[in-house]
Amino acid sequence: MLLTERERLREELIALADQFGRQRSSLMPILQEVERRHFRISEYCMQVIADLLDLHPVEVHSVVSFYSFLDESPRGQFVIRLCRTITCEMAGKDHVARQLENDLGITFGQTTPDGKFTLQWANCLGMCDQGPALLVNDQIFTRVTPERVHGILQECRQTFGVHAVAGAKER
Amino acid sequence: MTSPTTMGKLTFDAVSPGVGLKAALAQPAAAVLDRIAASGLRGRGGAGFPTSVKWSMAAEADEADKYVVCNADEGEPGTFKDRVILSEFADLVFEGMTIAARVIAARKGIVYLRAEYSYLRRHLESALASRREEGLLGKRIGGKEGFDFDIEIHMGSGSYVCGEETALIESLEGHRGEPRNRPPFPIDTGYLGHPTIVNNVETFAWVVCILEKGAEWFKSHGTVKSTGHKLFSVSGDCSRPGVYEFPMGITVAELLEEVGGQGAKAVQVGGASGQCVPASQSDRTIAYEDVPTGGSIIIFGPKRDMLEVARNFLEFFVDESCGQCTPCREGVPKLLEGVQMLQQGACSMAYLKELCSLGETMRLASKCGLGQSAPNAFVSIARDFQDEILGRTGFGRRNGSDG
Ligand SMILES: Cc1cc2nc3c(=O)[nH]c(=O)nc-3n(C[C@H](O)[C@H](O)[C@H](O)COP(=O)(O)O)c2cc1C
Ligand code: SF4
Ligand code: FES
Repeated sequence: MLLTERERLREELIALADQFGRQRSSLMPILQEVERRHFRISEYCMQVIADLLDLHPVEVHSVVSFYSFLDESPRGQFVIRLCRTITCEMAGKDHVARQLENDLGITFGQTTPDGKFTLQWANCLGMCDQGPALLVNDQIFTRVTPERVHGILQECRQTFGVHAVAGAKER
Repeated sequence: MTSPTTMGKLTFDAVSPGVGLKAALAQPAAAVLDRIAASGLRGRGGAGFPTSVKWSMAAEADEADKYVVCNADEGEPGTFKDRVILSEFADLVFEGMTIAARVIAARKGIVYLRAEYSYLRRHLESALASRREEGLLGKRIGGKEGFDFDIEIHMGSGSYVCGEETALIESLEGHRGEPRNRPPFPIDTGYLGHPTIVNNVETFAWVVCILEKGAEWFKSHGTVKSTGHKLFSVSGDCSRPGVYEFPMGITVAELLEEVGGQGAKAVQVGGASGQCVPASQSDRTIAYEDVPTGGSIIIFGPKRDMLEVARNFLEFFVDESCGQCTPCREGVPKLLEGVQMLQQGACSMAYLKELCSLGETMRLASKCGLGQSAPNAFVSIARDFQDEILGRTGFGRRNGSDG
């Protein structure tokens, strides 16, 4: 990473610490915001956050590694989380999963080479009466069929893709 | 994108926010507590602890900083009623929290919202903002001198065990969501070491109804030990899945009839951590004294493979165990291995019995409710569906997998 880039990141993290506070209970909100903006929480970020909150970096790392919505390694701009819990399984989530893999050319746990999509399993999304359900970032889709997969991916690439990309550029 | 899921009318539809709080402000805190005690209300999150007992212990604590926490981590497989309540009746939840604050003398409330429900946050923030504008949150609530209370929303980050109240508090404090030993309980050593009550979303909403309609009205429904109505999230093999309101004490058979699930071979009551009730026991009642539930009802039709069900639940627990204690961390994968042996037709009766006794050890020795209840579904399926799970030939499904 270029030094200037690191400096910029550091300043951004200082601003977040100012916004959320420097007590331990601010750690999660800060990490969640970093994840939202950068699609990951890098080792460098963890180090800086630890310094700012006066924690050992291992403490920060132990929190990041615990939660499934916080990532150390880079994830895609769009995280697709398909529910694998019982009623979605009964409703045919395996077929949706296969089609997602086919259309994206990756398997679960992977990110597309262009950095756009990450495919992950999720546990019950609270849409059990309308499964199979999936989340794309914080958008919920229900009654997903293999036929609908292509349309959902296109929607990411186009409509709300624009916002996400604009958001990403902003920073 | 999502269709309405509420089936039939709910009590919450007819309760107007504001009335309950006004009633609570018009009487001393102790009188409010008495009324909740008289209603017999027990926590709607699953464990069924009497709400008034929890609140009175927190009220007695002599500390300036106390907290009211709303558990909106709804992660139990098959549960989605809290999502519906937060979407449609957010005001009732916030009002219930405000009443709780009045009772225990708290100044701060926190909603712990699961990450999977991030899309609800904007709606909830705007409901909070309107309440502030109306003087229902903030300083001198309802014009009452000295009654200051506000609520903030804190997001989870994708962890089922954070629904356990002490793990939730750990998470709020910026730690891994690892359950604590209890005692001490949150009512004396909670958030940041201060007295804290943690209640389910639905519990807060019922408190408002009780203040508006009275304890007698609430108690006139349900059973003696499980009073009132409750919301149920119904999914699986039935013709009308969705969120329903039923009296506590409804039998499994009655419920199946209401939701179009007749002919089911089993019903999972209480989610992955609940019990699997076979059709032969459909006269069991859904109540704290018989089959308890936080509201999750999953229906399995005649063609479902019960081993697949057990496998799915155990994979869930392997994924969500925090790994802190041995019985749960080592036991859950062992049970999953057992399911795989059964699927391959390679499990002796003696070994199956050993697995069930391992389940018993986990129930007794695990640190929190996750490990204590993880074996439930496996053990009940191993007991009630032996003809289906033993002596399989070849890997996989004996009865097909489509219901
Ligand atoms: C693993 C685990 C997960 C839990 N998840 C939730 C949850 O998502 N929502 C909830 O209200 N209670 C959950 N609970 C129960 C809480 O620990 C606690 O009993 C409850 O929030 C108390 O509220 P109530 O008395 O109003 O029901 C969970 C318990 C365990 C052991
Ligand atoms: S029972 Fe499981 S989830 Fe609970 S503390 Fe032990 S390892 Fe963690
Ligand atoms: S089981 Fe998939 S949303 Fe609940």
